[in-house]
Amino acid sequence: MPILRRLANLFRRDKLQREIEAELAAHLAMRSEDNRAAGMSPREARRNAQLRFGNSASLTEKTMQADTALFLESLWLDTRFAMRQLRKSPGFAVIAVLMIAIGLGAATAIFAFVDAALIQPMPYKDPARLAAVYEVAEGCPLCNLSRQNWQDWRQTNTVFESFQAWGWASYLLRNSEGTTEARGARVSDGFFHTLGVIPVLGRDFYAGEEKPGATRTVLLSYSAWQKRFGSNPGVVGQSVRLSDNDYTIIGVLPREFHFAPLGEADFWTALNDLDSCEQRRGCHNLFGVARLKPGVTVAAAADAMRTMAAQLVVQYPDSNKGLSATAISLNDAIVGNMRPLLIALLCGSALLWIIASVNVISLLLIRSEGRRQEIAVRGALGASSGRLAWQFLLESFVLVTCGAACGIALAEITIRSMLHLIPTGRMDAMPYLLGLGLHSHAILFAASLACVSIIVCSLAPATRLASTFGGGSLHSGLAAGARGASGNTWRKLGARLVVVEVATAVILLAAAGLLGKSLFNLLHVDLGMQPDHLATLVVSAPKQVETDAQMMGLLRSLVDRVQSLPGVTRASVSSHLPDHDWDGGVMLVKPDDPPDKVPAPLPERDVSSSYLHTIGAQLLRGRYFTQEEDDASKPAIAIVNESLAKLYFPGQDPIGKRLAYMHSKNFMQIVGVVKDVKEGQMDTATRPVVYVPYMQGWSHSFYLVVRTATDAGAQLPTITAAVHGLNPLLATSDPVTMMTLINDSPSAYLHRSSAWVVGGFATLALLLSAVGLYGVIAYSVSQRRREIGVRMALGARRESVCYLVLREAGMLAAVGIAFGVIGSLCSATLIRSLLFGTQPWDVTTLLAVALLLAVCAFVASYIPARRAASLNPIEALRTE
Amino acid sequence: MARNDLQGSLDLLVLKSLAQMGEMHGYGIVLHIQRASDSLLSVEEGSLYPALHRMEQSGWISSAWALTETRRKAKYYKLTTAGRKQLEDAEASFEQLVKGVRAMLRYA
Repeated sequence: MPILRRLANLFRRDKLQREIEAELAAHLAMRSEDNRAAGMSPREARRNAQLRFGNSASLTEKTMQADTALFLESLWLDTRFAMRQLRKSPGFAVIAVLMIAIGLGAATAIFAFVDAALIQPMPYKDPARLAAVYEVAEGCPLCNLSRQNWQDWRQTNTVFESFQAWGWASYLLRNSEGTTEARGARVSDGFFHTLGVIPVLGRDFYAGEEKPGATRTVLLSYSAWQKRFGSNPGVVGQSVRLSDNDYTIIGVLPREFHFAPLGEADFWTALNDLDSCEQRRGCHNLFGVARLKPGVTVAAAADAMRTMAAQLVVQYPDSNKGLSATAISLNDAIVGNMRPLLIALLCGSALLWIIASVNVISLLLIRSEGRRQEIAVRGALGASSGRLAWQFLLESFVLVTCGAACGIALAEITIRSMLHLIPTGRMDAMPYLLGLGLHSHAILFAASLACVSIIVCSLAPATRLASTFGGGSLHSGLAAGARGASGNTWRKLGARLVVVEVATAVILLAAAGLLGKSLFNLLHVDLGMQPDHLATLVVSAPKQVETDAQMMGLLRSLVDRVQSLPGVTRASVSSHLPDHDWDGGVMLVKPDDPPDKVPAPLPERDVSSSYLHTIGAQLLRGRYFTQEEDDASKPAIAIVNESLAKLYFPGQDPIGKRLAYMHSKNFMQIVGVVKDVKEGQMDTATRPVVYVPYMQGWSHSFYLVVRTATDAGAQLPTITAAVHGLNPLLATSDPVTMMTLINDSPSAYLHRSSAWVVGGFATLALLLSAVGLYGVIAYSVSQRRREIGVRMALGARRESVCYLVLREAGMLAAVGIAFGVIGSLCSATLIRSLLFGTQPWDVTTLLAVALLLAVCAFVASYIPARRAASLNPIEALRTE
Repeated sequence: MARNDLQGSLDLLVLKSLAQMGEMHGYGIVLHIQRASDSLLSVEEGSLYPALHRMEQSGWISSAWALTETRRKAKYYKLTTAGRKQLEDAEASFEQLVKGVRAMLRYA
């Protein structure tokens, strides 16, 4: 390989050179010998030989070039020259590297998130063919499935290769430390096979293992196997006691397995024990996941689900009336809510990158202006324009490479700190972020951004250079004074770049402002309760509690016990917490409703008598439940919220009115009306809600909600201890304060993270565009020194000079802001789904942003304006 | 059009010289070209060496240090198999060039 030999020769240059010199010397010696033999004097003979031969030093060099890959050496020398040039102006180099690093780092960090969430395939076999299947009810577009409906559809569908179901589960585990609750999942037997997940140890569920009455078996998650069973390889076949039932461990799931819709779960059991809900067609507690047949689209599957659901409505009108079904891709089900956020952030980081690049370009252009003389001299000494362009390319290569390296480091830091900001509860729902980091995609992305930067950064000065060469202005380049015309071209270009920067900064600031306002609105939503000083805890009662009387006793003693703790004002029990939106919903009818009326399902909360008082709900009419009504044998009663009262009894007093579950003759009397409490996510509309006494529909697991006089978080351990102290068989889990729940809720998290990240981008953008504006105005002032000097010599006052400069800056800023406002109106429409309680065309935000930028532009241009005004006209004219 | 620039013809002359005379050093090649062309062609002596080294890198010729008749150390070059093939190609394309130029000159 000649190229390899030439590369190798690069390292034995000295030896090679000696050899070539010897060869050439031999030639000269032979020629002069022959010359002497022909009768020349020795001196003449040598001279003649030299003349015939030519310049031997340059020939040695040329011969060497034939032997070695000298272009590599000259590349190295040129690179060193470029680095030297950059070192000569450290201020320029540091600022340029920093800008590239900020722009590229932010974009790369965001891209890593986009890559993890939207680009990397889910860790399942052929994930594009996986779908999530839901039932559809009014007000609930993606609702759970009823077991019987699912079983029917599983039989009759023609679109799925396999149609599986899964549901939440929690198990009580008893060990030496008492009773704890472990999260689990119940899945149909083909669940893992459908996802293409194979246990690392043991086996998957057999077909038929989900049938009621089948042997109870369980698969362990990898982390449960590690922490609960010490990674014991002999665990398969062992028995584990979950909620007082014995299960045989049949296998361990892979470490990287996760199922985002469900989050973390330690124990995966088959769906074989029908719970009370699963025995009724009208009760919905499962979710569907299916593998599409090859060639079937998700849309076709959704159509098929709609058709099949319509058939079941005809077949089972009692339970299925008003219900439909649909399917979406599993990917949409998992990352659907993240997509608009991530795309908005990616656009934001792209804008920031543009601003940073524009700044670097303008810095390079200013610098190339300053180097006109150097370039002209080099051109006059014979450097071709190609050679000079090559030098520019190398300089920007060095610059961008340094910047990109810093940027990638910056991205790594950003990613780490952003991951830290994600609450653990949220992380469970976003397992695809677990492996987040700078992987090949992100590095490739950073590299392509860097390539674009290199090209743009070397093109900009190179085109300026071309005009220097092309316009025959080599001379004018040499003449120090002749700057006028070319300076103007740059001023125009620089001005345009600044307009782009200012406009981009306006767009980012406006977006940040709108997102910040949304977050503020969200955190200040009228919750209809007092969320501060509220502690919550999940309590699960053992199976031994079977009768109403036992439960009633437990409830009363529990509430009394907790209420007696120092620092606790009031304790209560509820089936849900206010932020829960996963309630199945109940359908309520009035006595005088026509029998075929199908009411929309609405959330029901089963609460103890003190609950509404505890959370600080506001009673509008009637009364709260009394302690005596914490009793299943008492007549059925209910409290409704304002929205429900308006919906069912418009213009009437709801107190004393009666409601019943559809198909039930057992009417509940309304005893009170409360002001709307936000039941569900904060960014959703307030819903009609019915509250009934806990004992009217109790279950083994409930929330203990406690109002404290002191810090709620500090009280949580005491409350937990009190529960265990009351009865060691009571299991507790998820102790958390209401404020944490609100602050970490998915909607608050979504809004907060977007507001912070876009806010960060906007701050950087503001800073960078101010620097850019300053650069352009300062440059313009330095170009106009002579003009300003003449003006002042002719009697212009300092104020008018200052005004001259400020007007130029003001024009640029005004045009930039105008374009930016138009741009932000468009961009705000794009992020509309992230906004809450504010319009995309929020006038105050836009005005504030415009004002902020105007002030920044003024400050950035005031410094060069003052410098211009303090110019000594004599000096200015003399230096030119 | 075949490669028939100046460099091409220098390569041709060198390769042909080596084919005719076997092993030769650079100076010998210069003398041979002058003698064989009846002094019509004289190679610029220095420019021979970059060409020789380039051809060596291309694998057409190989070199070795040896002593001349006057017991002076010199680098001797000889054709390789690839060089022989290259010579055939160069000769053929030169014939083409000569034919073409002659036809052009005769055109009335």
